[in-house]
Order: sequence, then C-alpha cells, then structure tokens
Amino acid sequence: MDIPPKTVRELYRTMVVIRAFEEKVQDLYARGHIPGLAHLYIGEEAIAAGVCANLGDKDYITSTHRGHGHVIAKGALLKPMMAELYGKETGYCKGKGGSMHIADVNLGILGANGIAGGGLPIAVGAGLSCKMKHPGQVAVCFFGDASSNNGTFHESLNFAAVHKLPVVFVCENNGFGISVSQAQHQAITDISIRAAGYGMPGQTVDGNDVLTVYLAAGEAIDRARRGEGPTLLECKTYRWRGHHEGDPNQGGRYRSKEDIQAWVENCPIKRFEQYLTKNKVMTKKQMQAVWDEVEQEIDGSIEFAEQSPFPPLEEMFQDVLA
Amino acid sequence: MSRVITYAQALNEALAHCMDQDDSVFIMGEDVGRYGGIFQVTAGLQDRFGVDRVMDTPISEAAFVGGAVGAAMTGMRPVVEIMFIDFITVAMDMVVNQMAKMHFMFGGRAKVPMVIRVNIGAGRGTAAQHSQSFHAIFQHIPGIKIAMPSTPHDAKGMLIEAIQDDNPVLFVEHKKMYIDKGEVPEEAYTVPLGKANVVRPGKDITVVATLNMVAKALTVAEELAAQGVDMEVIDLRSLCPLDREAVLASVRKTGTLITADEGCHTGNMGAELAALVAEQALDSLQAPIVRVAGPDTPVAFSPPLEQAYIPSEQDLKDAVARVLEYL
Ligand SMILES: Cc1ncc(C[n+]2csc(CCOP(=O)(O)OP(=O)(O)O)c2C)c(N)n1
Ligand SMILES: [Mg+2]
Repeated sequence: MDIPPKTVRELYRTMVVIRAFEEKVQDLYARGHIPGLAHLYIGEEAIAAGVCANLGDKDYITSTHRGHGHVIAKGALLKPMMAELYGKETGYCKGKGGSMHIADVNLGILGANGIAGGGLPIAVGAGLSCKMKHPGQVAVCFFGDASSNNGTFHESLNFAAVHKLPVVFVCENNGFGISVSQAQHQAITDISIRAAGYGMPGQTVDGNDVLTVYLAAGEAIDRARRGEGPTLLECKTYRWRGHHEGDPNQGGRYRSKEDIQAWVENCPIKRFEQYLTKNKVMTKKQMQAVWDEVEQEIDGSIEFAEQSPFPPLEEMFQDVLA
Repeated sequence: MSRVITYAQALNEALAHCMDQDDSVFIMGEDVGRYGGIFQVTAGLQDRFGVDRVMDTPISEAAFVGGAVGAAMTGMRPVVEIMFIDFITVAMDMVVNQMAKMHFMFGGRAKVPMVIRVNIGAGRGTAAQHSQSFHAIFQHIPGIKIAMPSTPHDAKGMLIEAIQDDNPVLFVEHKKMYIDKGEVPEEAYTVPLGKANVVRPGKDITVVATLNMVAKALTVAEELAAQGVDMEVIDLRSLCPLDREAVLASVRKTGTLITADEGCHTGNMGAELAALVAEQALDSLQAPIVRVAGPDTPVAFSPPLEQAYIPSEQDLKDAVARVLEYL
C-alpha cells in the first residue's frame, strides 16, 4: 500500500473529528441543548473519511439523515455546523435546515437529506453537470442499506450507468433501517451484487477499515474521473447508537447487547490506531495530541453556536423563492 | 365502559378490533412490527396477530402503497402507515393515479378498500421534510376520503369506520396529538366519515377547525365567552366527504367564518370553505372570511421560527378581532 503518510494522518484526524463531534452532540442532545433529531454516525467514521479523502472541493457529495460525518469529511467547518444544529443564524443554513439538512454548496456538499433515498437522483444530476461542463469532477452519493430499497436507488443506478455518469454510489450497510434488520428488509446480504443488474462494477468492503475504504473508493472515483462511468461501493459497518438520539434505549429493543458490543470492539478508530502504532506512522502521544486539538476545536464551535443569535422571525419568509 | 386513554392507544384499539373481526385486515409500514411504529400506534399488534398481518416493509413507499392497492382490489383490507405525510410523495403515482381512480376507471366494478395513515404537523424540531401539513393536496383528487380526527374518541371510531369503508381513505393524524388523552369507550363503535361535529354551539362567530386547531379554538372560545362573544366551534373531521351543510348552516347563523388548519395558507382547507361560502352563502356574510393557517413557507428548523410557523391561539384571537370589527 502506497499511501503517503500525510494522507494517513489526515484520515486519522478526520475520523477523530467526526467521533469527537458526534460524542459532543450526543451529550448536548441529552442535556437538551440541541432540538429535533440527531442521527449519529458513531462507529461508521471510516467510510466518510476514507471516501472523501479522495475528493477535492470541486467534487460533489450527497448525504443522508445521518450526515454529520460526510460533511465533516468533505471539509465543512465545525462552527457553522454546530450553529446549524442549534438552529442559530450563523449556521450553514441560517438555522433553517438543522441536522438533517446541512449543506455547503461551495464545498460541493449538496445537502444532508431527510428522505431515505432522496440523495441518489441528486447525485445523478450532479454527475450530469460534471459530465457536461466539468469533465474530471465527480459526484459521490452516500446512502444506507435500507434506503437501497427505495425506487430512487434503482432508477438512479440505471440512469448513471446508461449515461456513463461520473457518480460513485457509496452504500453504508450498517445492518439496519431504524429497527428493521437487513435480513428483514432485503433478501440479499451484499448490496453490491445489484450493480450487475445495472451494468456497473460493484464491490463490498470492510467499512470499518479506513485504508481499505480509501483505496476502493479511490479506484472507483478515478474510474469516474476518467469518464468510465459509475460504481457501486458497499461498505459494511454498524451503528452504535440508536437510530437517532432519543430513540428509546438507543436501539436495544431490536438487537442484542452482545452484537452492539462486538461492533464496538471492531471500532474503526481503535483499529486504525493499532495500525498506526504497529507501522510506526504515529505515536500514542501524537494521537493524543490530535484528540486534544480536536476537542478544543469542537468546544470552540459549541461556544460559537451558543453565543450566536437565533434568526429573526422575518427569516422565515426569506429564501422561499430565489 | 369509557376510560381515559391516549390518541395513539385509541388508534391501536381500532386496529386490533378490525383485525380481530376480519382476517382480511392487515397492516404494512416501516417499523410497525416489533418497534410498534415510531409513534407506537401499532405497539403489541405484531405479537398478537403475527408478522404476516403486521408487516415491516422495506423503505419502498411506492411498492407498499401500490401493494395495498393491489391487495385491496383482490379482497384484502390493508391499512398502511406512512411514517410522516412528507414521505407519501414517494408513492404519489400509486395514490393519485391508481388508488384514487380504480373504482371510477373500471366502471365501478373494482373496489379499493384501504386506509393510508399519515401524520402532519410541526413542533417537534424535525425541519422541512418531516413537518409538513399538505393534506389539502388530496382534497383536490376525486376518489379519496380524507379523515382528520381531533380526539381519541373520534380517532378510534373513525379508524374503524375507515377500515370498514369500501373506498380508499387517507387518515390524517397529527404527530403532536398522539399523547393527548381523552375518554374512549372500551367497546367498538364507529364515527361516520363526512360528518362535522359542532363541538361548541355559539351564535356570534363560526370557527371551523381541524385536528389540534380544534382544541385551540375551544380555549379561545372560553376566553371570548367571558368577554361576551359567543363562538361556535366546528370540528370539520373530514375533508372528503366535506360536510358542506354543517358549515353553511353555521355561517348562515353567525354571518362569519374563520377557518383554522395547520396547512400552508394558499390552497388549504380554508380556501375550499371560503369558496363554498362565496358560492352558496355570500349574502349571509357580515364580515370577511379569515383563514388561520400556516404561512406559505416550508417549516424552518430553528425553534423560534418553527414556533412562529404553527398557527396559535393568538392567531385565532387576532382573526376574531378582525371579524368583530365588522359586527
Ligand atoms: C422515503 C422515506 N421513508 C421513510 C423514512 C423514515 N426513515 C428515516 S431513516 C430510515 C432508515 C434508513 O435506514 P438506512 O438507509 O439503512 O440508513 P441508516 O439510518 O441505517 O444510516 C427511515 C425508514 C424517510 N426518511 N424517508
Ligand atoms: Mg442502515
């Protein structure tokens, strides 16, 4: 594996930022500081980090209801992100979108999405504009295992394949759609096999191994950049928390404690730390320094969010039409 | 025997009763099984009736709403839960072109006895794609009955009626009302669709409201009574069939109409009632018709904006004040 050490360190940092951000949100939500729904990405960090490390500012992503990790990995700033979760005027969407709709079009983030499967056609459209106007740029579409049952999945893959669009479909298979296990919602275990039905390559990888994700996504993204069409990349992972914060007993009703525990032990960050130590890329001390720095940055974002004002009521009537 | 239970429990009893009585009744939806539905309306039903009759579906609204149409045409009585009304858009072809039209297109020779349960409403911080109240869209589509119960009592009686009805029924609930409590008889009973309910008779001002706007109107009515204004509060209960007679009778009596519904102002239920009165009772009006409604914007996430979106008791009082200027 020939990954530059700088990239390896960045992958680590991105995962740490996502984890630390989500743990803070968990705490803020529990203490009633953040309203609404927050779907946390804890345990799935390697996917967003590994995929987005292959992207530049001009590439696009579409995200999901579980979107904090994607937008952080795509380069979103923590202050306007946190402010958006608080519903403050200084947030990415002026407080009007909240956790499920964070977007920064300038960074190519075409939005988290409250509709399961809503992002797939949007990514196809971004792929269209790349193909027509910006050859070499790509669109990456994140979506969950359960969302692959929405008609939009099938229509989008077919469309992208027949028009050879530069789109990479990244399925985050965490084994559940809310309380419904994969075995209860589809009759296959590897979603990547569906790629064959649309005439594109499909691959399933260990979504908790950041380097594997990075390399597999890199290959698919390069292929798209070369104009060779879309790929379906399935990353197997697991959601540690409930479907959203506030989900009664955090998802304990439909899965066993043992299963959750087994996946906690398969933590993508812990695994990467072992790799980094073993290969002498980073010392324990250097890793701790990353955590310390990140925690500070997140505390700064909370302070920023808490001190920011709510939008004025007139804001409600703005932006309905352009 | 009557006792106090929640709106969600009342719906649950209606479902259990119908499933007990008729083995062609079954439930489909996301997380309706072991999880009991995200608002717990189907809690315990899968244990009682099994996984085939209380079925967790894939996230495939077009397939399970359309599936309900096909099952209904072939002898079943499906009850479908759409987690939030916002997601019914994914199944719009099945609702508008298929479900609503089969009976008519096939010359009355096919029936589509199914129920789609949805919930509307802002107030839970769930932003623009989980807080909409666009139920009035369906009023524009002939062939669908639309029920909107505002109490646990009516929730139970109207859901039993809807399941037994031979037409497709869109059953509109409000997500903030599931934990509301009220008196509900233990035994089964029905409340007809298409019949409004005069919950508070009055002679000065007519307010026609839906869902939780009814309770807000009643609170305002009590306050106004102390000031000598006698408000009539009508719970519309169904958008289709529309109880035109009840609305017109009240308007003819009071010479006024205020409508109250959470949907966006433009094209909401109040627009239809205003048109009805303009067509059939214009000569009785003594004041302009006033619509209390959501503003014409998507629902914002930010708590103060979301609160400002929701039509309030104050909005109702402002509407009354406007009408009183003319009386
Ligand atoms: C069209 C639509 N149907 C239903 C929902 C409700 N819903 C939100 S997330 C979710 C499960 C999504 O599961 P998956 O795609 O696997 O993503 P995960 O939450 O596991 O990350 C459901 C059913 C929705 N948001 N949109
Ligand atoms: Mg999932």
